[in-house]
Amino acid sequence: MDGFTALYIFMLAAFTGYEVISKVPVILHTPLMSGSNFVHGIVLVGAMVALGQAETGTETLIGFIAVLLGAGNAVGGYVVTERMLEMFKSSNKGASKA
Amino acid sequence: MTDFIVNLAYFIAAVLFIYGLKQMASPNNARSGIQWAGAGMVLATVITFIHPQIHSNYILMILAIGIGGGLAWYTGKRVAMTDMPQMIALYNGMGGGAAAAIAGVELLKRHDLPLGVQLMAVLGALIGSIAFSGSLVAFAKLQGIKAFSGVIRFKSQQMVNASLFGVTVLIGLVIAFSGTDYSLFTLFIFFVLALAFGVMMTLPIGGADMPVVISLYNALTGLAVGFEGYVLGNPAMMIAGIVVGSAGTLLTQLMAKAMNRPISNVLFSQFGGGTGEAQAVTGSMKAIESPDAAIMMAFAEKVIIIPGYGMAVAQAQHKIQELTKVLTERGVKVKFAIHPVAGRMPGHMNVLLAEAGVPYDMIYDLDEINEEFGTADVALVIGANDVVNPVARTDPNSPIFGMPILNADHAKNVIVIKRGQGAGFSGVENHLFFADNCRMLYGDGQKVASELVNAVKEL
Repeated sequence: MDGFTALYIFMLAAFTGYEVISKVPVILHTPLMSGSNFVHGIVLVGAMVALGQAETGTETLIGFIAVLLGAGNAVGGYVVTERMLEMFKSSNKGASKA
Repeated sequence: MTDFIVNLAYFIAAVLFIYGLKQMASPNNARSGIQWAGAGMVLATVITFIHPQIHSNYILMILAIGIGGGLAWYTGKRVAMTDMPQMIALYNGMGGGAAAAIAGVELLKRHDLPLGVQLMAVLGALIGSIAFSGSLVAFAKLQGIKAFSGVIRFKSQQMVNASLFGVTVLIGLVIAFSGTDYSLFTLFIFFVLALAFGVMMTLPIGGADMPVVISLYNALTGLAVGFEGYVLGNPAMMIAGIVVGSAGTLLTQLMAKAMNRPISNVLFSQFGGGTGEAQAVTGSMKAIESPDAAIMMAFAEKVIIIPGYGMAVAQAQHKIQELTKVLTERGVKVKFAIHPVAGRMPGHMNVLLAEAGVPYDMIYDLDEINEEFGTADVALVIGANDVVNPVARTDPNSPIFGMPILNADHAKNVIVIKRGQGAGFSGVENHLFFADNCRMLYGDGQKVASELVNAVKEL
């Protein structure tokens, strides 16, 4: 990939992340940290590519560990975030759903 | 054609991640947010099986996803809400480790990468390794594993850490600039030193600062993932990684600000190193029994409850919710005041209270409620200490001076539920406990709270 294209992607992504978080109420900080923890679980995809290209034994072993860890990040991040968010209920349940 | 499908799937996944995070920013949509992001993750993962660059090890891939995902699923479902912070640290560490391992595979191949790509691979390896081992130490500390708990310091620690970091970076640069000429041994040493630095950096940091540290490592993992995404030419990783990197950095800053301590202060541990004599405490602690405390609250107009980490440890949130209910039924106005760093994570208390069934519109931030303490009849402090310590306002020599606190001492009466007479996490004596309007209710949080519920019911 062209270095400048990458720079543009990085720059825009950085501003996006900043914007998304800056309007979050304090009560959602922990779930959001957990949610963003889940989002970087996309590393799983890269780990799969690395393992899929591995040739020697060492490469395969490290690639295997990468996929293992990446899957743990993605799945674990999702489960704990969902469990946390499940608990946010308003006292007037009907109205909040609308 | 496959190329097109894969890229399209990654593009959709990136959109879903950002949309999901955005949804998570409001309590009503938060749950759908994680589900959208989850859909993006599933899509990206499934499509990767037809990725044109993958040509072997499919069985191993499925096996690794099964084991890693299965274990994470099991632990994530089973863990108690109070232990959430360390689980986040653990899963985050895994992500950092995965990013570092990807770099490991790429660098092991020693294929002739352009300098920029090789630099990014090394940088991602460094950051990912630090996030990995650092998060694991944070996990161990929060889990209360003996060898890591507490603050571990030794002489000229900062010098040692700085030199370790310097040497690691230097070796990393050598690898990045030597094309394909670096030896595997150099690579090995590089990873070992980076991992060691993550451990060394986290050891001296105390439990109270862990939320900030976990958030920082979360941001670091995001960056590492983004950089490795560039190495692999994977835009979904680049976008998701950098979005988390910058969001996490902002979150870390917000947390450090809430504690009124610059991040550098957290990392290089100046805590407890207050200069000069602390102000002497005047007065004495005055105990109260549950029935009397119950009467005070039952006949009050307004009660503000201040929960802290102690509530989580005692698992008292359900009893507190019951107390809230019986008081509300008697016409008492009950509100919760949450300090930004109460518990081990910002929002930790909110999550626990939400779990217990306390409606979130009864829960207020420091800024929203601090003026109201003056009109409250009772401030009930349960398991909180430093966040209500008035010396933060009055004593410039105190290590917590300047930290914004909840003005519990402005309430007409203060009741503190506490296990023993010790000081808070910071080790600072709490002057609130010695104030004339303060009564101490000693005992286990859960037991005391249920006594209060029964006493109020009997009135």
